[in-house]
Amino acid sequence: MMLKLIFTTIISAISVLGMSGTATAAGGGDVTLLKKDWSFSGIFGHYDKASMQRGFQVYLEVCAGCHSIEYMSFRNLADLGYNEAEIKAIAAEYEVQDGPDEDGEMFMRPARPADRMPSPYRNDNEARANNNGALPPDLSLIAKARAHGPDYLYSLLVGYGDAPEGVDVPDGMYYNNAYSGNLIAMPQPIYGDDVEYSDGTSTNAEALSADVTHFLMWAAEPKLEVRKRIGVATVFFP
Amino acid sequence: MAKLTSNSKSMSVDTKQQPGRRDFIVVATYAMGAVGAAAAAWPLIDQMNPAADTLALASTEVDVSKISEGQAITVTWRGKPVFIRHRTPDEIARANAIDGSELPDPQEDEARVQRPELLVVVGVCTHLGCVPLGQKTGDVKGEYDGWFCPCHGSHYDTSGRIRKGPAPTNLEVPPYSFLSDNVIRIG
Amino acid sequence: MSAAKFSNPVVRWIDHRLPVFTMLDHTANEYPTPKNLNYMWNFGSLAGLSLVIMIVTGIVLAMSYTAHVDYAFESVERIMRDVNHGWLIRYIHMNTASFFFIVVYLHIFRGLYYGSYKAPRELLWILGVVIFLLMMATAFMGYVLPWGQMSFWGATVITNLFSAIPLVGESIVTFLWGGFSVDNPTLNRFFSLHYLMPFLIAGVVILHIVALHRFGSNNPIGIDTKGKQDTISFHPYYTIKDIVGVAMFLLLLSVAVFFFPNAMGHPDNYIPANPMQTPAHIVPEWYFLPFYAILRAVPDKLGGVLLMFGAIAILFILPWLDRSPVRSARFRPVFRIFFWLLFIDAIALGYLGGKPAEGIYVTLSRIATAWYFLHFLVILPMLSVFESTKPLPKSISEPVLATTVAAE
Repeated sequence: MMLKLIFTTIISAISVLGMSGTATAAGGGDVTLLKKDWSFSGIFGHYDKASMQRGFQVYLEVCAGCHSIEYMSFRNLADLGYNEAEIKAIAAEYEVQDGPDEDGEMFMRPARPADRMPSPYRNDNEARANNNGALPPDLSLIAKARAHGPDYLYSLLVGYGDAPEGVDVPDGMYYNNAYSGNLIAMPQPIYGDDVEYSDGTSTNAEALSADVTHFLMWAAEPKLEVRKRIGVATVFFP
Repeated sequence: MAKLTSNSKSMSVDTKQQPGRRDFIVVATYAMGAVGAAAAAWPLIDQMNPAADTLALASTEVDVSKISEGQAITVTWRGKPVFIRHRTPDEIARANAIDGSELPDPQEDEARVQRPELLVVVGVCTHLGCVPLGQKTGDVKGEYDGWFCPCHGSHYDTSGRIRKGPAPTNLEVPPYSFLSDNVIRIG
Repeated sequence: MSAAKFSNPVVRWIDHRLPVFTMLDHTANEYPTPKNLNYMWNFGSLAGLSLVIMIVTGIVLAMSYTAHVDYAFESVERIMRDVNHGWLIRYIHMNTASFFFIVVYLHIFRGLYYGSYKAPRELLWILGVVIFLLMMATAFMGYVLPWGQMSFWGATVITNLFSAIPLVGESIVTFLWGGFSVDNPTLNRFFSLHYLMPFLIAGVVILHIVALHRFGSNNPIGIDTKGKQDTISFHPYYTIKDIVGVAMFLLLLSVAVFFFPNAMGHPDNYIPANPMQTPAHIVPEWYFLPFYAILRAVPDKLGGVLLMFGAIAILFILPWLDRSPVRSARFRPVFRIFFWLLFIDAIALGYLGGKPAEGIYVTLSRIATAWYFLHFLVILPMLSVFESTKPLPKSISEPVLATTVAAE
């Protein structure tokens, strides 16, 4: 009897805490999160390679100017379905610093698959100086470093809009429905048709935002697919 | 659980007639447990193997055009020194002067090089892992003018083959290829 | 001697000189156990299993972890991305930590309900509280190691608790830090101690088991066993029962590890530590929330710290606060009500600890904190005197037989 009671209490407590988590996330200001049906959610969840490749393109053409993705190496792109030659070609478009050479000088060379993806700025101070004092966060873990990661990122990207009456938006700030406090220093990055997809899928703002979110979720949790696969095998093993 | 079998007289009348069924359940349970334990142990063991980033770094590119004749350089590959020597015609001749099949670790010189003037070997003595001397001009090069391992006295010739001393095999030739005339990639 | 009972000659030879097999036989085979234990008695073995899982995965993680402020976060990411199965091992370590606390809390509440802390098991109980304290210290230092935002600010806040001590507080904090802020020396010593303390826990666990076996397990009706008719051998009856619990535990743990690995963590810990910026809502791991609520309920720095530590310290003297000769709540109708109130109070404190310290939450935290201490310091001593308990059965066998007869 005691066992039952305890479990009932714990389960109800967890559900209350779970709901309160949502409430906390929505804590500062008027925040609405859009819930999307991602292919990677659920116990059989998996990544959509085509979407991730498109998302990678969006990252490169839209985000990478300001945001680094420092825990990713070019070799990781194999997960998106690129083969070795393609990865080498992608890497070769970037220059990374190497050295010192025999003369003690650092030098630039084309990147190789084993290299990390280079950051747009040399350090945080340069990043701040170029962005009105705001630091564009690194994106490699962003989907795990925010509550309700993917839904939050998607909502943020499509959440720009005009401030409601009476809300004063200072210079260098923008109104966003998903951002805590509603005032964000990042200008709207995606308007729709910002990039051209080679596979002919839609390039409206929602599609681009969903693709780049998909890519960022993978960047944060590259082992999600294998985790869920082993999970299903483990839980149903007995 | 084996004890359970003997204790369970009262549990089922069938037990006496069909001892096989109960044994089967017991054995199946143990087998299941063993498979589960092995599956759980594997990740804990496998994590000691080289990680993905370590494996990805396993190649090194070297510009060999700057090594003048008779000189040698040492580069790092997988954390180990690799000796690259631009051999003189005399050194090549000496390496070919002996019948490779008579050596402790029989091998012809031409099987150890892609271009006769360029010898690439892993600079780790095959005895117990010291780095042999012989790279710098002033170094002791051993009785065969190649390399000499100071730890336990192994002598290597100008082809990096073991000639005298406790080392069992020749200096290892790493996998490498010419990316261009001047650049090789090791690994 | 007793070694004669082993048929294998090698076992006999060893056991004659080093009686490990006799010892094992006593603890895990013939050990007489009350025959009426219910599933609430499973959590001890599950806590032991959790400790083993934590030590094994922890040792393995330490092979790839770097305890340096510049590399700690990155080395954890390397474990998650590049080390073979590193993500699995880390998620098991993270989630088993939470499960360890769930299991131990249930173990503690079982002890509270069935009066397992009462004579002659006072030392057994006290050793248990020592284990609990060591676990909290270990968990706290372990949470610092990934060097995320929550790690850093958790370390800052918790070490600053000691600054509340009059006169020497500031010096103690500087001493704990090895500097003037939480920094590399702090991280290094936390890593060293985090590695050490599980082995201390294992040592105290052995004492805990030795103390347990002195008088044997308590049982749901809380009366002493009176002879062979009241007990059964540990093996196979309770080994089987424990295995059922283990299977259930591993199943739930797998669900957490594989499908909700970060549910019990905090997203901010995936942001590298930044000493210049505190996150908007900092909360400790869920298992510290009740104590955190007590800390924040008091508007005075020293008072809050004292009360928080007092909440645990009070458990040490519990055997002398509750003087009722009846152990099990089954025969203590009033105590039973107050037990459940305390249980709800603890859950409430946990909930309030996770809420921002403002408005109604502060008031509720104060009420819940007051109730916690009232329960131990006033209600339990009074109940010992005024409660009229139900008559106890003569022996463990009696009620079992009675219900069997009734059922037939």
